[in-house]
Amino acid sequence: MSSLVGKISMINGPVILGENMTGFKMREMVLVGEKKLIGEIISIDKDSGIIQVYEETEGLKRDEKIVSTGKPLSLKLGPGMLGNMFDGIQRPLKSIKDNFGDFIPEGIGLISIDEEKEWDVEIDVKVGDTVKEGEIFAKVQETELIKHKLLVNIGVNGKVTKVIEDGKYNIETDLVEVEDEKGKKHNLKMYQEWPVRIPRPIKERLPIDKLLVTGQRVLDIFFPIAKGGTAALPGGFGTGKTMTQHQLAKWSDADIIVYVGCGERGNEMTEVLEDFPKLIDPKTDKPIMQRTILIANTSNMPVAAREASIYTGITMAEYFRDMGYHVAVMADSTSRWAEALREISGRLEEMPAEEGYPAYLPSRLAQFYERAGYVESLSDNDGSVTIIGAVSPAGGDFSEPVTENTKRFVNVFLGLDRELAYSRHYPAINWLNSYSGYMNMLKNYYEMNLDEDIEDLRAKMLKVLYEESRLLEIVLLVGEDVLPDEQRHILEIAKVIKIGFLQQNAFHREDTYVPLQKQLEMLKTIDLLYERGLEAIKMGIPISKVRNGELYDEVIKMKYTIPNNDIEKIDRIKNLINNFYDKLELDYSR
Amino acid sequence: MGDFLKKEYLVLDKVAGSIIELSKVHRVGYGEIVHVEDSEGEKKLGRVIKIDKDKVIVQVFGATLGHSIENTKVSFAGRPFEIPLSKDILGRTFNGVGEAIDNGGDIYSDKFYNVNGRPINPVAREYPRDYIQTGISTIDGLITLIRGQKLPIFSGSGLPHNELAAQIVRQAKIQTKENESNNFSIVFAAIGVKHDEAFFFKEAFKKAGVESNVVMYINYADDPIMERIIAPRCALTAAEYLAFEENRHVLVIMTDITSYGEALREVSSLREEVPSRRGYPGYLYSDLASLYERAGMLKDGEGSVTLIPILTMPNDDITHPIPDLTGYITEGQIVLSRDLFQKNIYPPINVLPSLSRLMKDGIGEGYTREDHPDISNQLFSAYSKVQDIRALAQIVGEEDLSENDKKYMEFGEAFEKEFANQEYNENRDINDTLDLAWKIVSLLPKDELDRLDPKTIQKYMKTGD
Repeated sequence: MSSLVGKISMINGPVILGENMTGFKMREMVLVGEKKLIGEIISIDKDSGIIQVYEETEGLKRDEKIVSTGKPLSLKLGPGMLGNMFDGIQRPLKSIKDNFGDFIPEGIGLISIDEEKEWDVEIDVKVGDTVKEGEIFAKVQETELIKHKLLVNIGVNGKVTKVIEDGKYNIETDLVEVEDEKGKKHNLKMYQEWPVRIPRPIKERLPIDKLLVTGQRVLDIFFPIAKGGTAALPGGFGTGKTMTQHQLAKWSDADIIVYVGCGERGNEMTEVLEDFPKLIDPKTDKPIMQRTILIANTSNMPVAAREASIYTGITMAEYFRDMGYHVAVMADSTSRWAEALREISGRLEEMPAEEGYPAYLPSRLAQFYERAGYVESLSDNDGSVTIIGAVSPAGGDFSEPVTENTKRFVNVFLGLDRELAYSRHYPAINWLNSYSGYMNMLKNYYEMNLDEDIEDLRAKMLKVLYEESRLLEIVLLVGEDVLPDEQRHILEIAKVIKIGFLQQNAFHREDTYVPLQKQLEMLKTIDLLYERGLEAIKMGIPISKVRNGELYDEVIKMKYTIPNNDIEKIDRIKNLINNFYDKLELDYSR
Repeated sequence: MGDFLKKEYLVLDKVAGSIIELSKVHRVGYGEIVHVEDSEGEKKLGRVIKIDKDKVIVQVFGATLGHSIENTKVSFAGRPFEIPLSKDILGRTFNGVGEAIDNGGDIYSDKFYNVNGRPINPVAREYPRDYIQTGISTIDGLITLIRGQKLPIFSGSGLPHNELAAQIVRQAKIQTKENESNNFSIVFAAIGVKHDEAFFFKEAFKKAGVESNVVMYINYADDPIMERIIAPRCALTAAEYLAFEENRHVLVIMTDITSYGEALREVSSLREEVPSRRGYPGYLYSDLASLYERAGMLKDGEGSVTLIPILTMPNDDITHPIPDLTGYITEGQIVLSRDLFQKNIYPPINVLPSLSRLMKDGIGEGYTREDHPDISNQLFSAYSKVQDIRALAQIVGEEDLSENDKKYMEFGEAFEKEFANQEYNENRDINDTLDLAWKIVSLLPKDELDRLDPKTIQKYMKTGD
C-alpha cells in the first residue's frame, strides 16, 4: 500500500494542522515530520486535518511531511505484556532505555511487545475444526502465574486449514490458518491488533454479584467494590490516592492488574517496579509482578499520550477479560486525563464548558467507565473488568467538574479526606460521604462466603460513626463531660472502630492484607464491646468504669495481635470482654 | 557564529506585550530560538511559540519597549534554546536566560544542552531512599527529606521561608556510603525575586562556605517577566548536568514558583488562550511537572537532583492553583504557618498539612533509627488532637477541660516550643531530634499512645523523673 503524504502548516504545542490530507481518515495514526513523530488525526476539514502528536514537537518545521499509516491507534495484544511497563501508546519503556538511554527522546517510532522472544505454544485446534471469532485456539504460559490464551481474531470465522506443531515460536509466526466461507484465508499469529478506542466485543453482560476482595477493611465490609464494577477515589493531594491504589493493586483478588500511571509522578512508577517483583501473592506464592501490566505516562511526558494511556490500559484489560480472567484497572489519575483533554481542546480553540473543560468531558468519562463489566466472553468464559479511577480534584474540592461527572458514572465513591490524612488516619476514606452501590448485589456473596448476613452489623457500626460525628459537634461546643454516659459510650466505641478497624497499616505484615473472615470477626468483637458496655451503662454503671483502658487496648491492637492464619485466637479477646463485664456487673449488683 | 548565513527579517506584523508576530517566514522550527535587535542595537532573545502557515509567533525574553513593526531585526537561530555547560559553572552567577552577570566571562564548552530537557524514563529511575539530615527537628523527624526528592516549601509573604531554605543549605548532610562525597552542589534559581532576597541568599551561601559550589540563575523582580519562564529550566539543566554527568549530589533551591506561574499566565493571556482556574492556563499542571519531575536519581548514575521549590501562597490559600497543582506533582510539602510565626516559633512549620511522601522508605531501621516511623506517627496524631482540644478550650475555657485534655494542651505547647522551635543556627542531630520527640510524648497519658507498641515505649521513653 502506498501511503498518503500531507504537509505541516501549523504547529501549536502537541497540536498540528496538516494540509494536502485528502484521503486521510479520522482517528488514523500518522507519522509527523522528519523525526517521524507519532500522531493521531482528531479532525478533518476538507483537505486539512488536525493531528495530536504523542511526542515532543520542538524542532518541527512547517512543510515537513505527514505520512499516513492506514490504521487507527492500535495495540498489539499478545504475550509479553505482563510484568512490563509501557508508555501511553504501548511502547516498552525498558527497551527504550536499553536503546536510547536514561531520558526518553522523541522519534522512537512505533515499537511494541517483543517480536524476537520465543514462547512455548500449545495449539488447541486441529485441521478441519470450525473456529469462530474470540474463541481460544492456543495457549502460552506467559508467566508462572498466568496462562495467556490466544483468541481467534475478531471477524475471523471458518475452518482450520493449517496448523503448526506445538513448539517455541516468536509472535510473528503464523500458527493457524483459517479459511472462511468466502474462501478467504486468514493467518492467526500469537498477537492481534486492536484499536484502543473501540471496546472489544463480548457475548453478553452478566449481573454483578461477586466481591472484589481487597483485604482492606474499610472497603470489603463498609464500601465494597464488585468484580466488573466501577469505583472512584477522589482526594486532594497527600490524602493517599496512590497509596490506596497501590494497596488494591497488590492485594485485590483480580487475576490481572493493569496499572495506568496517568500524569503522575515518575518515582511512583519506579516504586511499583521495585516493589511488585518482591511482593509474593499469598495464594500462589509467586511475585505479583507476574500478573501486573504497567502503563506510565508521567506528568512530564507528552500530554497527548496521556489522553491515550487510559484507553491503552482498558483495551489490554478487555483482552485478558476475553480469555476469562478477572481484571482490575487502576487509573491514577483520571483528572490528569481530563486535563489532557482540556489542554488539547484549548489548543483547538473549542468552546469550553465548565472550568475550561470541553463539553464532551461527561460523555468521554461515561464511555470509559462503561467499558467495565462482568461478561460472558466470545470464548464462553466469564471474565470481568473492574475500573478503579483516582480523581484529583483541584483544591480538594469535590464539586469540580471531573469529580462531579465521575460520580454520575461510578457505583462506588470513596472520598478521601484531608483532615483524616492530616491526623495520619489511613486509608483516609471518609465514612460520612463515601458510598457503595453494590451492597445489595453482593448480599448473596457475603452469605455464601461468611455464612452470615453482614448487612445489619455494617449498618449498626455505620450508625455509631454517624452518631459520633453528630455528637462531636456538640462536644465542640460544650465539652464531653456533659453528655449522658450512653452517648459518651458511643464516642468511645466510635474511636475503637476508627483506630481498631478503619485504620489499616499498609506497612505492617499482618495488617496490610486482612482476610474477609478476620475482618468480620474483628467487627463482631467491637460489636460485643459495644453491646456489653451499653448493657452495663443501662444498669447504671458509670462510663469511667465501663471504659477500661487495658481492655480497649486489647481490642484496638487485635489487628496486630491476631494472626491472619489463626483467627480463632480472637475468641480470647471476646472472652476477655465477656469476663470483664460479667465481673463488673456482678460487682455492681452487689 | 555563522550569522552571515542567516536571513534577517525586518518587518513585524504585530507587537503585543512581549509577543511579536511576523510573516513570510520559512523553515522555522517550533520552539526555535530567535534573535531580536531593535534600532538601538539592543539584542534580545525570543522563542517560537506558534507556527501558523507562514506566520510565526515569537515570545521575546525582555521588554518590547521601543520596538515598532519596522525598526526591529529578527533572525532565527535554527536551534532550540540551549546553554553551554561545563564544570566552570560552579561558583558563577547567570541571568534568567543563562548569560553570565558576574563579570566572570562567558562559559565556553563544546556541549550545549537544551534547557527543556527530556523526561526521565521511569524504568531508568532509582527510587530515592537515602535521607538528608537538615538538622531541623520538624523536617528530620516528621517530614524527612530524601535525596532525589522534590519537596516544596509552601509559604506566605513575610514568612521566613528564605531563612529556612538557607538553613537547609547550610546544614544539609547526607548519610554517606563509603567513598562518597558528603558535599552538595547547590543550584539556585531566583524567579522574580527582590534584589535584597537575592543578596540574602548570596550572603547565606558565603557564610555557609559553599560559595564555590553554588550556581545561581537570577531573574530579579524588575527583570523581564518572560525570562522567568526560562530561568528555572536553565537551573535544572545545569543541575542535571552536574548530577548525571559530573556525579554530584545537587540541591536545587527555586524561589518563587508563584512568580513563575504568574509569568506563565501572562504569556497565556497574551496568546488569547482559553483560561482554566483563576485565569491560569489549562496546561499549568503539565508545565509545572516539566520542572518538578526533573528531580530524581538514575540507576546508572551516581548523582542526584533534590529539588526544594519555594512558593508563596497568595493570601495563604493552599487551594490556590499554584500550591494545589504543585502538591499534586511534588513528593509532599513543607507548609509554613502564619499562626506559628506570630507565636514567634521558628521555623514556623505546621506539620499537620506537611508531608514527605518518600519518608516511609527512607526512615527506620537501617536508615535513621528503628523507632522513627512510630514516634513520628504518634506525634502527628497527638498534635492533630491538640487542635481539636484547643478549639474546645476556646469555648469551655482551659480550666474546664478534662485531665486528659489538659495533658494534651501541655503536650501541644511543648511540641511547639521545644520540638518545632529552634535557633536559626541550631543544627540538631537525628538522634537528638528523636530523643526530644520521646521527651515530649512522655507528657501524654500512656494509654493515649496508640501508635506505639509497648516494647518501643520501654526501650526509648525515659521515665522515672
